[in-house]
Amino acid sequence: MSPSEMFPVNAGSSVFAARGAAKGEHEADITELPIKVSVRNLNFYYGGNQVLFDNSLDVPANRVTAIIGPSGCGKSTHIRVYNRIYELYRDHRAQGEVLIDRANVLSPSTDVLELRRRVGMIFQKPSPFPMSVFDNVTYGLRLHYRLSGSEIAGRVESALRRAALWDEVKDKMDKSATALSGGQQQRLCIARAIAIEPEIVLMDEPCSAIDPIATAKIEDLIGELKEKYTIVLVTHNMQQAARVSDFTAFFYQGRIVEFGTTRQLFTSPKQKQTENYITGRFG
Amino acid sequence: MKPRSIRSRRFVDRAVKVLSVSSALVGLVALAWILYEVIRRGIGAFNISFFTKAATPPGVPGGGVANALVGTLLMTVLATVIATPLGILAGVFLAEFGKRSRLAAAARFASNALIGVPSIIIGLFVYGLLVVTTGGFSGYAGAAALAIIMLPIVARTAEDMLNLVPDSLRESALALGAPRWRTTLGVVFRAARAGMLTGVLLAVARISGETAPLLFTALNSPYWTHSLAEPTPNLTVTIFNYAMSPYHDWQRMAWGASLLITAGVLLTTISARALLRGKI
Repeated sequence: MSPSEMFPVNAGSSVFAARGAAKGEHEADITELPIKVSVRNLNFYYGGNQVLFDNSLDVPANRVTAIIGPSGCGKSTHIRVYNRIYELYRDHRAQGEVLIDRANVLSPSTDVLELRRRVGMIFQKPSPFPMSVFDNVTYGLRLHYRLSGSEIAGRVESALRRAALWDEVKDKMDKSATALSGGQQQRLCIARAIAIEPEIVLMDEPCSAIDPIATAKIEDLIGELKEKYTIVLVTHNMQQAARVSDFTAFFYQGRIVEFGTTRQLFTSPKQKQTENYITGRFG
Repeated sequence: MKPRSIRSRRFVDRAVKVLSVSSALVGLVALAWILYEVIRRGIGAFNISFFTKAATPPGVPGGGVANALVGTLLMTVLATVIATPLGILAGVFLAEFGKRSRLAAAARFASNALIGVPSIIIGLFVYGLLVVTTGGFSGYAGAAALAIIMLPIVARTAEDMLNLVPDSLRESALALGAPRWRTTLGVVFRAARAGMLTGVLLAVARISGETAPLLFTALNSPYWTHSLAEPTPNLTVTIFNYAMSPYHDWQRMAWGASLLITAGVLLTTISARALLRGKI
């Protein structure tokens, strides 16, 4: 991170001062909230190389949980276990428990396809499929549901509206999705993911490849989406974590150093490492 | 330290430029010369009967290579129909499922070796496999030999083209709950289809000029093809026979047939290039 992007010492509190009214729910104690994802002693290996160490984390339902930390600290690797997408690569191996609604997703009896319907994912680079805008949104729908033509059209429209993209693409449904702008492509990926009614949406640095205006749109969107979904947002941008999340976990070298409400973590971190990171002394 | 002089740098720079440009020119001149000669001598053979009539006995004027053209087309189409699905599936295994497995490494090595095998060896192999055992030369044997030549080319191009598809696209499809096979067929294939089609076209261009594998399998015939179970006329062996003959009329037709094949290969290659440029 370049010095200009670094967090000034008191920026955390000023962010909350500005948006304090909207953030009242931050005060909720995590122990009172229903927990959607419970990670217990998660270890992760790339071949013989261990990259996550004893991660334990409770992700509250219908809240935005941000995961922050320097590059290479294991943020993305951590959430890639929730939907078992890491299994695409032979030498990647996870050990421990990730309980979603108390069922361990790492158990061999888990139906991975159904798991991925319940746990959607948005990637760093917008990745529209090389097909029309409409077919992109229906891709997941057709995988999981038998629907009539009119039902599909209705679902597509509602997903695109929720992704704040409908007005921009309603006249281009037959056009290739790869012709959209980067920000539009990313919102299309969000529409594609929420069209299949997931319960959790994992976002892996969703704004790092798009411009600031598109980023603002997606951040607004995240705030709206948490009413229906549990959101886990990996970001290297601390201001973004402070702006949109309710809870924040700070990762460092594969370990979870600190987890708490976003306000607490940014204003009165308990760990020295967290403080050093959010005040820009390293990272 | 003594700095290098700007003059010696300029000299080396210029020398490398001159050498590389002249090497490129040698290749281009050879191609242009072949094209020029084939067109100059071949165009005279083109007339209606050349494209519509079968071969005539030596000394009998007229006749054409239409029967050979049909035979070549039939065998090429059959070889393509056999080799394309096999080759693409092999490429899918290499790029998507096998990757670094031992079987994939062996298959990749075998493909590379097969690409390098002289085509006459493949002709002899099919002769032993299909001609000796069935008791006769046939178009089927010819198509089989051509398919064996196509197979590794299609497989390796398919693998390369699938490898160009970024993993982020696979992950996106899998993350929506798509099974692996649907990810491959529905999303990855779509992204790689232009490249894979190009590979098939280049392989077709390659086999449509092959002579040696047909000599021992399809042989040749002066008659129209009634069944691929019989010796089957084809352009390349016809060129070989006619060009070696003492008859002026046949030699002229050999040039005509050469022009026909050259134009066909050129057209296939150019459309393959255009396809690749338009899509990827």
